[in-house]
Amino acid sequence: MNILYFARIREHIGKSSEEIALPDTVISVADVIAHLESLGQKYKNAFDEPDLIRAAVNDEYVPLDFKVSDDDELALFPPMTGG
Amino acid sequence: MSADMRISVQPEDFDIGAEIERLKGGRTDLGAIATFTGLVRDIHGDKVIKKMTLEHFPAMAEKELGKIGEQAKERWPIEGLTIIHRYDELYPGDQIVLVVTTSHHREAAFNAAQFIMDWLKTDAPFWKKEETEDGTHWVDAKASDDDKKDRWG
Repeated sequence: MNILYFARIREHIGKSSEEIALPDTVISVADVIAHLESLGQKYKNAFDEPDLIRAAVNDEYVPLDFKVSDDDELALFPPMTGG
Repeated sequence: MSADMRISVQPEDFDIGAEIERLKGGRTDLGAIATFTGLVRDIHGDKVIKKMTLEHFPAMAEKELGKIGEQAKERWPIEGLTIIHRYDELYPGDQIVLVVTTSHHREAAFNAAQFIMDWLKTDAPFWKKEETEDGTHWVDAKASDDDKKDRWG
């Protein structure tokens, strides 16, 4: 799955996107985040505040329980602060 | 006639007067033009801001601003609408965001512009990072911004 990161999350992980092979147990956005957290400390740091994670799948905002597949593009970012 | 809508996400500065003239476009039926311009402040709490960097999600930013604009058009009889949001490095005094609405009467123009700003704060994919003398930090989202959006129902 192609995953994009923005803002604080991008900085913690140290890259703006990457291709991640997901285990079959991954069903939702929250499962993807849990898998990423298993990959190392920088991912743990990026997602240490679950209330401050927002997601989009294929350029549409989704809740964290949204079901995803390998073909989707997932974006993970903190709450927006535009304007 | 469907309202004219212009959306732009850009690093370049914008010219408020030129944007107003573009929406007027020689029309004489418009009774109201409302504009809002957001600026970079040099103070946040007790910190002096030296620079602000705006990150955005290119694939979504214009699309989401367009959705907010469409919602405003559905709610109020506005004749024209422009939303410009900048990104990249900005400095105190720089313009960040512009909303211009035109209508036959002021209420629609005022309300639509305020609605767009309230929604844009929480729903447009931009993130602000401030540089102060103590270093750089990401600006936290404010719960009060959610409240302002929610008041529109």
